[in-house]
This record gives sequence, C-alpha cells and structure tokens, in this order.
Amino acid sequence: MSAIIKIENLSFAYPAEEGQQPHKALDNVNLEIEEGSFVAILGHNGSGKSTLAKMLSLVLMPDSGSVWLDGKNMSAEDITEEDILQARREVGMVFQNPDNQIVATVVEEDVAFGPENLGLPSEEIRRRVDEALAMVGMTKYARHAPHKLSGGQKQRIAIAGIIAMRRRCIIFDESTAMLDPVGRKEVMATIERLNREEGITVLHITHYMSEAVRADRVVVMDQGSIIMDGTPKEVFSQPEKLWEVRLDVPQTTELLYHMKKNGLDVRLDIFDPDECAAEIASALASL
Amino acid sequence: MNLDITIGQYCEGNSVLHRMDPRAKIVAAILYIVVIFLAKNLFGFVLLCASAALLIAVSGIPARIILKSMKPLMFIILFTAVINIFWMQGETLLVHFWIINIYAEGIFNALMIALRIILLLIGTSIFMTYTTTTIALTDGLEQLLAPFAKLKLPVHEFSMMMTIALRFIPTLVEETQKIMNAQKARGADFSTGSLMQRAKALVPILVPLFISAFRRADELATAMECRCYTGGEGRTRMNVLHARVSDFIVCLLVIALGAAVVLLNQLGGFSLSW
Repeated sequence: MSAIIKIENLSFAYPAEEGQQPHKALDNVNLEIEEGSFVAILGHNGSGKSTLAKMLSLVLMPDSGSVWLDGKNMSAEDITEEDILQARREVGMVFQNPDNQIVATVVEEDVAFGPENLGLPSEEIRRRVDEALAMVGMTKYARHAPHKLSGGQKQRIAIAGIIAMRRRCIIFDESTAMLDPVGRKEVMATIERLNREEGITVLHITHYMSEAVRADRVVVMDQGSIIMDGTPKEVFSQPEKLWEVRLDVPQTTELLYHMKKNGLDVRLDIFDPDECAAEIASALASL
Repeated sequence: MNLDITIGQYCEGNSVLHRMDPRAKIVAAILYIVVIFLAKNLFGFVLLCASAALLIAVSGIPARIILKSMKPLMFIILFTAVINIFWMQGETLLVHFWIINIYAEGIFNALMIALRIILLLIGTSIFMTYTTTTIALTDGLEQLLAPFAKLKLPVHEFSMMMTIALRFIPTLVEETQKIMNAQKARGADFSTGSLMQRAKALVPILVPLFISAFRRADELATAMECRCYTGGEGRTRMNVLHARVSDFIVCLLVIALGAAVVLLNQLGGFSLSW
C-alpha cells in the first residue's frame, strides 16, 4: 500500500505573544499514513496533535519540513492556491464542536454544502447527499433542522458532509470529545464502518483509550514530537511510558499491569474485558 | 424568561402557494403590496378583501393562526386609525367639540387605512412567511438578485450571511440561556432593581456571549474552508429553482387584480386621500 500522507521533518511554532517565547507546537515530526489505514493519534493537551491535524488539512503551513499528500509535496515553493484547494478535496476534517461546523438550517442542505462548493451538477449533488446520509444512518433526518438534533447526530451530519465530497482521508480532530457516551458510540461506529467498508483512511485524534485500541495503529505525541508509534498492543503494553506523558491506558491494561507487578504472570496487551478475565483466571490457575 | 423562539412562522402544507417557486412568491408579494396601495374606494377594498380571503382559503392555513399573528400589531393599526379620524378634514362634519372636528371622510379613511394594514399583513404573510421556509426565501432572494452580482454587489455573500445568521440564532439563544443559568446559580439577579440596574446585570451575559460568538465564527470559517468554500464563484446548488407555468399564472392574477382595482377606482365614491 502507498502512503496517502507523508510528513518529513515538520516543525511549526505559533507566533509569540509579546514578551513570550514562541511556542513550538511541532518539533521535527516524521510520519507516514498508509492509504486505507485507521490511525489513532494520542496526546495530552498541548502535545501538538491538533496542530498536526491542521497541517495535514493544509489549514496551517509548516515553518520547515514538508507535507506530502498523495505523492505531492504541498510545502514546495511552487505550490499555488489552486493546488491547495485541490488537495483539500482529498483530505476532509471533522472538528470537535459539532455546532460550529454546520452551515445550513436544513440537514441535507448542509451535507450539500461541500459538493456545492466543488461546483458539481445538481443531480450529482443530490445523489451524493442521499448516499452520504444513508452511510451515516441519518436519512430520515434529511429535512430536519440541525439544532434540534443530538450531539452525536450533528457530528454524523458533519461526517456526511465530508463523505459527500468523496474524501479519501478523513481527519477527526477530537470529534468525540464533546459527545455523551451514546453519541460517542454512534460516531465511533460510523468511523469504523467508513474505514472498514469504504476503505477511507482515518486519522482519529482522541483522548479516549477505548477508541484508540480500535485503530490499526496508535501514534503517541508529547511536546510536539512523536514518542511512540505502533499497533495498539505494542503501545499499550508499555503503560509506564504513557503515564509519564500524563496519558491513561485502557482499564484492562492498567489492571493487568498492577497484577504483573505483584508477581502474577499475565500479558498486558489485552483490551477486551472478557479476554482479560480469562487471562487472569488462567494465570491464577497456574499458580 | 422564555427564549424559545421559532424563526419565521412556516406552516407545513402542500397547497399551490406552498409549492410555488420562492422567487415567484417574492415577486407576487411585492405586486400585491402595490395593488393594495392602488385601491382608492370602497369597491376596490371589497375586491381586495375577497382576494385576501381567497388567498387564505387556497393556502389552507387556518384563519385562527393569521388572526393571532395580528394581535401584536393591533396597537399600531388602532393608533393609525384613531389619528386619521381626528386628522382628516372633509365636507361632512359629524362631531364638533372644542377643537376636535370629526368628519365622515375621516372615519372612512381611518377604516380603510386599518383595512389596508391588515391586508398588507395577510398578503405578505401568506405569500412569504407562512408558505415559504426561511431557506427557500434566502435562496429565492439570492437568485432573484443574481443579476445585481454583475454590478459587483455582494449578493451571494449577503445570502450566505442570512443563512448562517438563521442557522446560529437557535444556537446562540441556547447559549444565552446557559450563561444566564450559570450566572443565576452564582446569585446574579436579572429581574429586580431599577432599569439601569437590570441593564447592568446583562453585561456579564453579553461579554461571554460575544466571546463565544467570535470563537464560533472562527471555527466555522475554518470548517467552511476545509469544505472548499471559496465564495460564490463556481458554486452550484443542489436544489435548483424551476419556475413553472403556475408561478407565472399567480403573478399574472395579481397583476389582473391590480388592473381591476384601478378600473374600480374610476367608479368614484368615497376616495382615500393617500
């Protein structure tokens, strides 16, 4: 598989406020995202993960280093406004607050907003909107007013708006952070379905470990650098390293870690409660 | 305080008026307003009342709802009418008391002006607010004004602003309520004290509201940019408006009504002074 996104030696600092040091948000970051993969990005507040997302969706431009989208260097000197617009058609972004990304007063009009901006013929827009709404399971709300929907539903509308633009890669910038548990579940199920069934590359920035374990790959960031990168099993079997950067580990891992520390011979890379129980039982049996 | 407002007063329905092209409805409403101002005598007004009744019947909107919507404007209607009774000079003096003179023409004038305001309300609300969704109205207005974009007038931007404003009113109302509750929970008092004190009590609501509105605007701009929004140029629409024959017929009917009113004016009788 080829890399849809590649970043090389990326650095970025926000402009300094008066009398302060410039805040370095990203420090020499290298990352490659395979097409069709589901990558979770973890990090404490201020670790640079949202800045990274803004780089990838070309909202911000790096100070140094380069962003490659689909084999094209978007940070090259000769890149034009036109190229950036073109690239934005490949990478979509869903933000944290569902209220602040919905433009129209009717659900289907909002989903149509992106395709309308692309200048597509109206029959094509209609087809894509219906398709996108079906994909996120919101077809029966097509004529509703967005402000009357729940947070999870609003976020699914926002996702539909991105799908309707036929994006190959979607970045979720803490899109589940403001939702209640039910809404989070709905959105996570939608994200997973898009990745598994539609083959859309997903970059999921999150605080929730339970969401990160469902990804193919977990990238952990701290102070503008990537400190860990691997499968969920590889990353979460090193809880000390995660605690050091003020991150949590899944509850099962935490339990198993403490058991191991007290002399019980268990594996750490288990995220399913039932599997975890079985592992503890078998370890206790072999005592 | 109850802040649960509904924007516009769209009434669900499937009448000819509901299905009309919003552009045609805007044009028809404007024509209807002109026709109302053309009427000068009783015959004209009788015809107009009949046309208004017909409009209500065709739209299928319960008369009760329309009457209710007039309540807040009753004061203005009465006030204008009363002023007219005392102001108007005529030939047939009915009452003479101190410096007050009431003429028959004055009473007629007052009645007709009250009627005119009521007709204006019915006409515009039937054509626009009751049978057209706000989004269809802004869409219609944008496409109706599209020729002016050639004169470099920001027609698309204007309609985008309208849409976003309508979209965010409920969100901001909800937010205001939240902030008020948060302030109340900490002992803020919005309902007692002098007018000045109450106005001052609103400042701690407005400041966070404005800050959050700016933050929202910033995020919305980023989100719109990520969805390839670059302004009106090169943008297409999902719902393209199609004017049908029936739309033209309705507009023609309004014009015919105007012609009839002008003809009836020739019959004379009591004539409205303005």
